[in-house]
Amino acid sequence: MTTEILHHSEDAHELHHNKEAKALFGFWVYIMSDILLFGSLFAVYAVLHNNTFGGPSAKDLFSMPFVLIETLILLTSSFTYGLASVYARHHDRKDMVVFWMMVTMFLGVAFVTMEISEFAKLFSEGHSWQASGFLSSFFTLVGTHGVHVTLGLVWMGGLLAQVLKYGLTQTTVGKISTLGLFWHFLDIVWIFIFTFVYLMGAL
Amino acid sequence: MLGNLTLAALPQDHIVLGASIFMGICAVGIIGAITYFKKWKWLWTEWLTSVDHKKIGIMYVILAFVMIVRGFADAVMMKAQQVFSVGTSYGYLPPEHYDQIFTGHAVVMIFFVAMPLLFGLINLVLPLQIGSRDVAYPFLNSLTLWLTVAGAALVNVSLAIGEFAAVGWLAYPPLSGILFSPGVGVDYYIWALQLSGAASLIGGINFFATIIMMRCKGMTFMRMPVFVWTVFGSMALVIVTFPIFTAAISLLALDRLMGMHFFTADFGGNAMMYINLIWAWGHPEVYILVLPAFGIFSEVVSMFSKKKLFGYTTMIWAVIAITFLSFVVWAHHFFTMGAGADVNAFFGIMTMIIAVPTGVKVFNWLFTMFRGRITFASPMLWLIGFIFTFTIGGMTGVLLAVPGADFQLHNSLFLIAHFHNTIIGGVVFGYFAGLIYWFPKIFGFKLSESFGKATFWAWIIGFFVTFIPVYILGLQGMTRRLSHIDAGTGWEPLLIISAIGVLIIAVGVVLLILQFVMGVIQRKNNMDTTGDAWGEGRTLEWSTSSPPPFYNFAVIPTVHGRHAFWDMKYGNAVKETPHYEDIHMPRNTGIGFYIGGIAFLMCFGIVWHIWWLAGAGILGIIIAAIVRSFDYHTEYTVSAAQVATIEGARTNK
Repeated sequence: MTTEILHHSEDAHELHHNKEAKALFGFWVYIMSDILLFGSLFAVYAVLHNNTFGGPSAKDLFSMPFVLIETLILLTSSFTYGLASVYARHHDRKDMVVFWMMVTMFLGVAFVTMEISEFAKLFSEGHSWQASGFLSSFFTLVGTHGVHVTLGLVWMGGLLAQVLKYGLTQTTVGKISTLGLFWHFLDIVWIFIFTFVYLMGAL
Repeated sequence: MLGNLTLAALPQDHIVLGASIFMGICAVGIIGAITYFKKWKWLWTEWLTSVDHKKIGIMYVILAFVMIVRGFADAVMMKAQQVFSVGTSYGYLPPEHYDQIFTGHAVVMIFFVAMPLLFGLINLVLPLQIGSRDVAYPFLNSLTLWLTVAGAALVNVSLAIGEFAAVGWLAYPPLSGILFSPGVGVDYYIWALQLSGAASLIGGINFFATIIMMRCKGMTFMRMPVFVWTVFGSMALVIVTFPIFTAAISLLALDRLMGMHFFTADFGGNAMMYINLIWAWGHPEVYILVLPAFGIFSEVVSMFSKKKLFGYTTMIWAVIAITFLSFVVWAHHFFTMGAGADVNAFFGIMTMIIAVPTGVKVFNWLFTMFRGRITFASPMLWLIGFIFTFTIGGMTGVLLAVPGADFQLHNSLFLIAHFHNTIIGGVVFGYFAGLIYWFPKIFGFKLSESFGKATFWAWIIGFFVTFIPVYILGLQGMTRRLSHIDAGTGWEPLLIISAIGVLIIAVGVVLLILQFVMGVIQRKNNMDTTGDAWGEGRTLEWSTSSPPPFYNFAVIPTVHGRHAFWDMKYGNAVKETPHYEDIHMPRNTGIGFYIGGIAFLMCFGIVWHIWWLAGAGILGIIIAAIVRSFDYHTEYTVSAAQVATIEGARTNK
């Protein structure tokens, strides 16, 4: 067996940095694949959005002011999360990080609650996912986004507990960045949903 | 309490009952043996909780070999039915059982034989080839293994409890919808493949990141071994296409479970959308499988021709071209859909173009052999067999790519012969060659060469005897998936010849197992003491010992060229005394195993509508993930002194 000398040493700091960099890169790749998942659901919605089977279409069903408020809440949550990660990365202010993460979670819960109430309203009026291909694809596309947001909230709760327990270490700050990617990504997906499903549906 | 699960789900006919009892006996036997030899603790600490990529690779390969027996038994049953079920005789299998068998055969072979073999081989070799101590995410690696095992277990459980899908391997709706397939078969299909699909996606991300982030110093992209390049293309395809697969079968599941109307025939559903989605994954999937086989052959041909690979750069560009082209050919699976001449012409031409980079690769292999000193070791035989077989398969593929011809051949046995021609001739031959080629690296001794060569001859002769008649039957108009034919068709003699071919392949399967058994028995004669098992190694995996230590490389190598190990052996590199440093290795964890087990129960619950179990399963997975995220001590350190001791012990041996 032949060996050669490695001329650089890995100290603990660099090693940790590598680990965080790997996690962040892998998460970018995961997000790329998740885009494909949403892309498929958007394509399905595009194919089925006129297949109302004699039932109501997007124009008849959606209340734009309601969806606008939903959108603003989600966009604001992205902003508040951004504040949390700035405090984590550049100011080492644990109290502010915890505060802004809690605000973000509150806004996220509000968003999910609004979405569920919208679904419940449609359902109670008889426009369930069983009514037509259009409604099946609507509930699935918007619902998949909602499930992602919900999982993001569970994740954020867990991360909040870790920040409280371990403080702002290299690991927790790395995790805050990763969750940030996810959270902002969901924001962008929602903008597409808002545009393609709600705005273009209202035309 | 138990949802739709009642005693009626237990096997009713004697064939299924026999198979279930056999499966039960095997399970009890294995558990009994482990208990008798008191190996549970060893099994748990050394294997089930391991995050070592070499051990995970071995477990993947074991899974694949268990499942290949199942898949091959299905093939034998199908062929036997076709021989016996002619004219007034209706064979021994009722149609609904026959339908489950051809579905099961395909699902098992693609998802639980080919994919585990693929990930097994990548696990075994790829980190060694890029000079790395592990993969990017060792825990996720263990998780993907156990999710795949859970999916395979679900398929096997369907044999004993309930039924499997009887709808063909891609479960086209509306047949696979709740209206026409009200049983649990399609649900088993969906949830087994959800597990396998999720595992493949995570595995794809893991190895994609491993290749990008974990290469040793000096290994630029154009210095990577060809196998690494093909895996890179394959994993890129996994990342891009498996989400589409997950979406497609999830929508089918929503149709079945919640009464949605994506693919139903009424309420505005669109079944052809499913066909598009599933093939947008399905066609790249065959390239996911075959690209790494191309990589294996590129390594094998260079080793046994004692030459460097001819046309490395063109090889790489061919891989990249195939990776991209494989996205724009999916509609050739349904030219008969009626998308119109323009669409069909586009996809037909793209399909033909894909033969060009593939041809480049074939010529590169041939030119590597040209004027080489060829050793006809068994991996080399598989390579030569592959070149013949795969070229024929490729040419019939180009034939099928002509939309006009496809209208005639669509769903005929000609198609069946074509894809077995490419998948057996390409993927199976390639993975077998890879297993034999890298076996000494992982275990420290070579397999039995005489049995290896006999295996090859049984397989290749059996293959042609089986599938040449199938081509002819296809041209004569026999369609796929028939469980009974009229005597007047005159197809019986060819079906009998084809069944004889399957028997020859069966001999090949037995010889394959014997090759491993004899290899272990005769290992004293075939020990690899140098680490460079075949003597002509050029890539880094041959630079470490066989088997490698758990940390792979005591000192991470630095690469100065394409033939890293060749340069170390024959180059001017000054050989200095190794300077050891502390090594950080990932700690074993049982969480991957637990999540696999919980996911199995969750999917079983969904299949049988046992909602408390499904809910508890989702909750369990979330809790396991949270527990894992709170674990901040996932690594441990092997001190430089310990490394020196281990290395000293190994070199003195």
